[in-house]
Amino acid sequence: MTSGLDLRRFVRRDTNILQLLGLTVLIFAAMSALNPEKFLRPYNFESLTFVAPELGLLSIAMMLAMLTGGIDLSVIGIANLSAIVAGLFFHAAGGARGPGLINLPATTVAAGLTIALTTGLLAGAVNGLLIARVRITPILATIGTGQVYVGLSLVLTGGPAIVGFPALWDSIGNGTLAGVAVPLLLLLGIAGVVALVLTRTAFGIDLFLIGTSAKAAIFAGIRVGRATFLSYVATGLLASVAGIILSGRTNAAKSDYGTSYLLQAVLIAVLGGTNPAGGRASVLGVVIALVALMLLSSGLQLMRFSNFLVDFIWGAFLLIVIAINALRNRRR
Amino acid sequence: MTATSLLRRPETVIFLVIVMAMLAIGLVNPAFWQLGNMFSLVRANIVTGIMALGVLTVMISGGIDVSFPAFAMMAMYLTLLWMFATGYSGVALPFGMATAIGIGLGALNAFFVHSVRMIPLIVTLGTGALVRGFLLGVIGTSTINIDRMPTPLIDFARIDLLSTTGPDGGHAGLTAMVLIYLGFALLVHLMLRHTMIGRSVFAMGGDPEAARRVGFNIRRTTFFVYCLAGGLAGFTGLLHVSMIWLANPHDLAGMELDVIAAVVLGGASIFGGRGSVLGTMFGVFMLVMVNNSLIIMHISTTWQRVVVGVIVIAATAVTAWRDRKRIA
Repeated sequence: MTSGLDLRRFVRRDTNILQLLGLTVLIFAAMSALNPEKFLRPYNFESLTFVAPELGLLSIAMMLAMLTGGIDLSVIGIANLSAIVAGLFFHAAGGARGPGLINLPATTVAAGLTIALTTGLLAGAVNGLLIARVRITPILATIGTGQVYVGLSLVLTGGPAIVGFPALWDSIGNGTLAGVAVPLLLLLGIAGVVALVLTRTAFGIDLFLIGTSAKAAIFAGIRVGRATFLSYVATGLLASVAGIILSGRTNAAKSDYGTSYLLQAVLIAVLGGTNPAGGRASVLGVVIALVALMLLSSGLQLMRFSNFLVDFIWGAFLLIVIAINALRNRRR
Repeated sequence: MTATSLLRRPETVIFLVIVMAMLAIGLVNPAFWQLGNMFSLVRANIVTGIMALGVLTVMISGGIDVSFPAFAMMAMYLTLLWMFATGYSGVALPFGMATAIGIGLGALNAFFVHSVRMIPLIVTLGTGALVRGFLLGVIGTSTINIDRMPTPLIDFARIDLLSTTGPDGGHAGLTAMVLIYLGFALLVHLMLRHTMIGRSVFAMGGDPEAARRVGFNIRRTTFFVYCLAGGLAGFTGLLHVSMIWLANPHDLAGMELDVIAAVVLGGASIFGGRGSVLGTMFGVFMLVMVNNSLIIMHISTTWQRVVVGVIVIAATAVTAWRDRKRIA
C-alpha cells in the first residue's frame, strides 16, 4: 500500500494545500448554491480563464519578493509601464489607429514583446540594485520606484489611456490555443517554470535560505546580494508579462490600470501559504488561492455586489486568513 | 552641541536642502516668494503634516501604517452623515467624534499587529481595503458638495490669522488651521521626548524584546501608536473636507505613499527607534513644496510623481548608507 503511505506523507507535509483545496471547494459550493443558474454557466468559468491569469502572475511575482522577506509594491507600476512602452512603440510603427496598427506584422509585435519584457527586466533590475546593493528596505525602495514607474507612465502618455494594439498582441490577452485561453496557458507555463526553479535548482533553494535567515545564508557562502537581485529581476519580468496580458485583453494601457491588484496579489500570496517574513512559499498554493478568490469574487459580482464591496470582502478575507494562520501556529 | 554634531543631524541636512531648494525655485520664478504663494504653501502642509505625525510615531515604534487615508475618509463621512441626521451645528463635537472613530479603527490595526503578530504592512493593507471598501460599498459613494457641507465647519476652517491684498488685488490669507498643526506637532514632540509612553515607543522600535524585558508594556504601546495614528487621521479627514468645502469619500487615496515618503525624508528609520517631529515637519514641507512648485518652475505636472519617487529613493539611499556605516 505504498500509495496510501505516499498520500499520508503528502497530507502531513502539505496541510496548507489541502486546506486551500477545501476552501476552494467550499467557496465553489457556496456560490453554486447561492446563484446556481448564473454561476455554473460555462461562460463564467471560461471568462475567468482570461481574467485570472494576469492577477495570478502578479501574485507569483509578489510571492517571489516575499520569499526573501521583501515585498514589491511597484509590480502594478511595472506592468502598466511595460504595456505603455510597447503601445507607444506600436503607435510609432503603425500609426495611432486603423489597419496599419491592427495588422502590424509578427516581427514588429515580437519586437514590441521584447521591448515590454525588457522594460520589466530593467525595472526589476533597478529594484534589485536598490534593495540588494544600496540596501534600501524593500518596502521603501519599491514605494519610491513604484512612484517613478507610474510617473514615467504619466509622462509618456500625458494621462489618458493608450488605446489600440495590434491584433496579434491582443490575441495574447484574449486568444485561444486548442480551445484553451492563451493567458491561462501562459500562467500555467510560467507557474511551472517558477515552481521548478524554486524547488529543483540551487538558486531556488538559496532564496528559501535567504528568507529563513539572511545571516545564516551569508555564513553558508551564498551570494545573498546576487540571488536577491535576481529574484527582483524575475519579479519585474513576471509583472511585465501580466502587463502584456492585461493590455492585450483590454486593447488598452494606462498608468492607473489594475491598482486594486496590489492588495489582491498580496492577499493571494499570503493565502497561498507565503510567509511575508520570508522563507516559505509555494507556487501550487498561490495558484489554488488564486482559483479560490477568483471564484469568490466572480460569484459576488454575479450577485450584483459592487466592486467596493468585493474589495471589502478581500480585505476581510486577508485579515481572517492571517488570524487563523496565527492561531494555528500558536497551537503548534 | 558642537557644529559638526549639529551638521550630522538629519534635521539640519533636510533644512539645508529645503533652503537650497527654495533659493533655486525662487531663482527660476521669483513669484515663488510672493506672500500669497507662501501662505498657500503653509496651507498645503497642514493635512499631510498632521497625518505624518501619526505615521512618524508608528514608524518609530518599528511599524508602518498605510491604512490611515481610508480611516480619515471613514471618520469624516460618518461624522458628516451624523451631523445631517441630527442637524447638529457645532465644531468641537464633530471633530471629537471623527477622532474617536479614527482611534477605534486604529485599535483594529493594533489588535492584528499585536495579538496576531502579523507584519504591520500586510495588516494595514488589509484594514485599509476593508474600511475603504465598507465606506464605498455600504455607507455611500456620493460627494457632499459645498451647498450641503455644514456651515459651522466651513466657517471654522476659513478663519485667517492674517490676510493681505496682493498687488493684483487678489486676496491671500494665512489660515488659522496652521495653529492646529503646530499644536499637534508640539504635543507629539513632548509626548515622544518627555513622557514614559514616548520612551516606550522608542524602546519598542529599538528592540521589542529588550523593551519588554525592561518592563515596558508592549501591548499598550502598540495600541497607543496605532490609535494615535488613527485618531490623528480621523481628525484630519474632517479638517481636510472643511478646508476644501467638499467631502468626497474617494479622496486621499494613495496619500499614504506621500506621507510615508515625507516621514522617511525627515530622517525616521523604517526599522524603528529613530525619528523626530521636527525632521518630519521638514520632510513634509520639502515634499509639499516640490509638489506645489513644479507649476511655478514651468515643469509639467505629469512629472510630479517621478520627482517624488526620485526624492524618496535618494533619501532612503542616503539613510541606508548612513545605517550601514553605523552598523559597520
